[in-house]
Amino acid sequence: MALSQGIMAASVAVAAPVVLLSASSAYSARPHGALSSATLPALKTRKVFTVKASAAEQPASFGPSSQKLWTPKLVTNAVATKQETAATTGAKGGHELLLFEALREGLEEEMERDPTVVVMGEDVGHYGGSYKVTKGFAEKFGDLRALDTPIAENSFTGMAVGAAMTGLRPVIEGMNMGFLLLAYNQISNNCGMLHYTSGGQFTIPCVIRGPGGVGRQLGAEHSQRLESYFQSVPGLQMVACSTPYNAKGLMKAAIRSQNPVILFEHVLLYNLKETIPDEDYICCLEEAEMVRPGKDITILTYSRMRHYVLQAAKTLVSKGYDPEIIDIRSLKPFDMYTIGNSVKKTHKVLIVEECMRTGGIGASLRAAIMENFFDYLDAPIGCLSSQDVPTPYSGPLEELTVVQPHQIISAVEKMLSD
Amino acid sequence: MRFKTVVETFSRKKAPLQFLGFLGCLRITVDSIAKQKKTWIYRWRCFTLKLHDEIPSLNFGNLLCTERDQAMASSVAARKRLLGTARQLWSSPVALVVKRSSWKDSIDGEDTGFSSTGLGGSFLFRSFSSLKASSPTLQSCNYDENAEMAHFPGARITYTENLQFISKLLPSTLPCFRVLSEHGEELVKDVPELDKGMALKMYEQMATLQVLDSVFYNAQRQGRFGFYATCTGEEALNIACAAALNDSDTVFPQYREPGVLLWRGYELQEFADHCIGNYQGHGKGRQMSIHYGSSRLHYFTVSSVLATQIPHAVGAGYSLKMENKKRCSVTFFGEGAASEGDFHGAVNFAACLEVPVLFICRNNGWAISTPASEQYRGDGIAGRGQAYGVRSIRVDGNDALAVFSAVKAARQLAVDNNEPVLLELMTYRVGHHSTSDDSTKYRDIAEIRHWNERRDGVARFRKWLESKGWWNDTVDVQLRKDLRAEVIACLAAAEAKKKPPLADLFGDVYDSLPQNLAEQEQVLREAVLKCPEMYPTDVPL
Repeated sequence: MALSQGIMAASVAVAAPVVLLSASSAYSARPHGALSSATLPALKTRKVFTVKASAAEQPASFGPSSQKLWTPKLVTNAVATKQETAATTGAKGGHELLLFEALREGLEEEMERDPTVVVMGEDVGHYGGSYKVTKGFAEKFGDLRALDTPIAENSFTGMAVGAAMTGLRPVIEGMNMGFLLLAYNQISNNCGMLHYTSGGQFTIPCVIRGPGGVGRQLGAEHSQRLESYFQSVPGLQMVACSTPYNAKGLMKAAIRSQNPVILFEHVLLYNLKETIPDEDYICCLEEAEMVRPGKDITILTYSRMRHYVLQAAKTLVSKGYDPEIIDIRSLKPFDMYTIGNSVKKTHKVLIVEECMRTGGIGASLRAAIMENFFDYLDAPIGCLSSQDVPTPYSGPLEELTVVQPHQIISAVEKMLSD
Repeated sequence: MRFKTVVETFSRKKAPLQFLGFLGCLRITVDSIAKQKKTWIYRWRCFTLKLHDEIPSLNFGNLLCTERDQAMASSVAARKRLLGTARQLWSSPVALVVKRSSWKDSIDGEDTGFSSTGLGGSFLFRSFSSLKASSPTLQSCNYDENAEMAHFPGARITYTENLQFISKLLPSTLPCFRVLSEHGEELVKDVPELDKGMALKMYEQMATLQVLDSVFYNAQRQGRFGFYATCTGEEALNIACAAALNDSDTVFPQYREPGVLLWRGYELQEFADHCIGNYQGHGKGRQMSIHYGSSRLHYFTVSSVLATQIPHAVGAGYSLKMENKKRCSVTFFGEGAASEGDFHGAVNFAACLEVPVLFICRNNGWAISTPASEQYRGDGIAGRGQAYGVRSIRVDGNDALAVFSAVKAARQLAVDNNEPVLLELMTYRVGHHSTSDDSTKYRDIAEIRHWNERRDGVARFRKWLESKGWWNDTVDVQLRKDLRAEVIACLAAAEAKKKPPLADLFGDVYDSLPQNLAEQEQVLREAVLKCPEMYPTDVPL
C-alpha cells in the first residue's frame, strides 16, 4: 500500500509500559520532516494514497487521468448492523472491516500497547458501547480499563481530566456528540486550559470521541455538529474521520498525542466498509487527505460530506470536470499547507460541510483561506453548508437540511462556468 | 454427608473461604441441585461479581445461578457474618453463596446491612477492581412467583401498606466531632498525640498563613497585584488537613487552601512570584493570583470555575487505584460549590466506582453573600453522603486536632478499602470572599468579630499548645514579626523580577507551537515593535 507523507508506519515497540512515539506526539502543522514550499517536490511526483476498495467495488487508483472513482456503499442504518467478519483480504494484503470495527481495532491496539490507556463512558463496558466500538474490551482489559460510568457527562469528562493529569490516557466516549455539550465546561475550561494555566506542569492527553452529525431522523438533539462549537476553544485539537482507514489511524494518533484531541465520528458512517492494511499505522493528526487530485477546482470537505462529494465527483468527471477533492480531516488546526498548495493550483475553492452556516467549520476555513491565499483565488470561496435550523425529525425535511450531491454538482458547475 | 449439615457447619464456623472452596471442589452446579428437586437439598444462589485474584482455585463457572432460582437467606445473621468476613478477606465484593432453608422464610423488615446497589434484590453489585479479564458478571434472574419479597432492579425493598412519607430531615442533625473545647482544653483523654515538633510546626505554618494573607491582602489594596482571597478563619483547617495527608496524595483545591501547599514546601517566594505573575511564577503569569499549582507537590492548579476539581479528584483517585500504591486523592470545596452539579456527579461516581477519594467540604457558612441557609435545605453536606452511599463525618473545622485525626482516619479508610469518604469541616469565613468583596455589606460586623475573636481555630490551637507549655506570647510575637519581614521581602523581590516573556503568551497551549499560533505571535511582535509605547514595557520580547 503506497504511503503518503503524512501516514507513518509505526512499529509496535513495547519496551516499557509507557513508550510513546515522539514523532507522532510532536505537534506540527507541517508534514513530518518539515519542508518549506521551495523544497517541496512537484505535485505530480508526490506519492498518492491509494484506497484499496473491497473486492466488490471496482478497483481504483487515483490520478488525474483516472476516470474510475470509488464510491463506498453508504449504509442507511444509524445503528450498527450485524458485523461482517473482516476475513477477505485484497490482492495486496490487508483486511476488510467496517468503520466502527476499525475504531475498535485502533483502540484495542493502543490499549494493548500502553497500559495507561483507558476508556470511559456510558455503556462502554460489558455492553460494548452503544455503537459496539468497545465490544469485548471489558472482558479483555477488565472493567477498570473499560469503565462504565453513571450518566453525568460533565462529571465523567472531569474525571477523565483528573485521570489524565495523574498519568492515565483516557478515551472518553460520548454516546452522542450532542450530549457532550453537557461536558462543555470541563472540555473548555479545564481540558483545553489546564496545560496552559498550570504553566505546562500538567498535561491532559485525553481523547474525546463520539458519533455526531445528522443521522436518520434522530431529531435535533441527536444531530448536533459539535465541531463548530468547539473550534474556538484554545488548547484542543479536533479531527474528523471519514473512512475506516483514517478512523483507525486518527484514533491511534489521537491516543498517542499529548494534547487533548476531539475525534469526530459520524453516526451514519459506522458501517462503511474498506480494506485496511494489516500493519500498524497512524495518520498524522494535523494533515489533510488528498482524496482525488485534480486541476479545475478544490473541494474541501470532511466526514460524511466526503462521500457525497465523491458521489458528485463521479458525475462531474463524466461531464468533463476535474475536481481536486481534499478531506481536511484536521478541523483544528487546518492543514493550510495542503489546502494552500491546492488553491495555488486550482484557484477556485468550494467547501462542502454539514455544519451550520453561522460559525461553522466552513466559515473559519473561508476566513483562513481568504487571509492567506487571496491572491491565488479567481473567485469567491463557495461554501455549501446546512441551514441555521435545528435538524427536524421528519425525513424529507431532514434531507433538505443536509447538502446533497446534486447541490454540489450545480455549485461546481456554476463556479467553473464563470 | 448431608448437604444441609455441611453448610450449617461452615456457616457456624465462619469459614467462608473454605466453604466456597469446598463448593468449588465439589463442582456443584445450581442447575444440578435444582433439577434434583429433593427436599433436603437446598437451593443455592450465587452471585459472582469480581473474584479477587487470590482465589484461582474456585471454579465459579459452576456456581452461576439459574434463571429460575429465587433464593432467600434463612439466616440473615449468618449471611451478614459471611459477607462481613468475606469482605474483610478480600477488598472487593466477592461471591456470596446463600443458603435457603425454605420458601417461607423471608427477611422483611430486617436490615441486612449490605451496601447493596444491586439488581433485583440480590446482593449483586459491580466492583470495578480488575485489570484482568473477568468472568462475565451476572444479570439479575427471573423472579419466582412464590417469593415473599418483591425485588426491583433499582432497589431492594420490603413492601409496606402504610402511606407515609419519610421526613425531610432526620430527628437530629449529624453530630460534629471535636476534641478541644473553645478554650483549647482537651475534652477527651486520648487526644491525638502530636509530638512537640509536629505541633509547633503546625502552629508556625498557621501563623505563616495568617501573616501571608494579611500582607498580600494589603498589597492588593495598594494596587501591587490584581486580586487576592484570604483564608482567614480557616488557617487551622488548612494546616491540620495538610498535616494529616501524605505528601504524595493528589490534592485538588478550590482556592482557599494554600495551607496545603505551604505545608508541603511551597516557598513564600513562590507564593509571591505567582501572585505578582512574574517569569518565575509556576503559572508563567497565566493564572490568577491564589490559583496556585505545583506538580512536584501534587497540588493541582486551581481553576476558577467552582467544583470542576471534584470530578478531577475522582479521576485521579481512579488512576491511583489502578496504580495500586495506597495513595489517596483529596479535593476541597466550599458548601456553595457543593451545590454544583459536578459535586453530585463526582460523589456518585466515586461511590459506584469505588475510588479512594476524600471529599473535604469547608463549610464556612458563606458563599460570597449567600448564607448557607440559602444554599441548601438538607443537613449540610455531610448529610448528603449517605444518599450516595458514601461514608461521611462532620467535624469542627476550627479544632485543628479534631480535623487532624478525622482526616487521618478518613484517609486510612479510603486507602484501605478503596472507597470515598466525605468530610464536612464546619468553620467560618472571617475574611471577605476576596478583594472584590466587602462582606460588611451583607453580614453583621459583630458576627465577624465574634468568630474572629472568640472562635478562631488558630487561637484555640495556640491555647492548647500553651497548656502543654510549648508556646508563649514572647515567642509568638517574635515569630510573627520575623514572618512579616520575610513575606514583605519576598513580595518586594517578586515585584523586582521581570514579567514573563511575550513567547509565554503562546507557549503551552499545545505541547509544541503550532503554525497558526506562531503566525499570531509574529503579528503581535510586529505590532509591538511598531508602536512600543502602546504596550507594557516590562514584558520582555
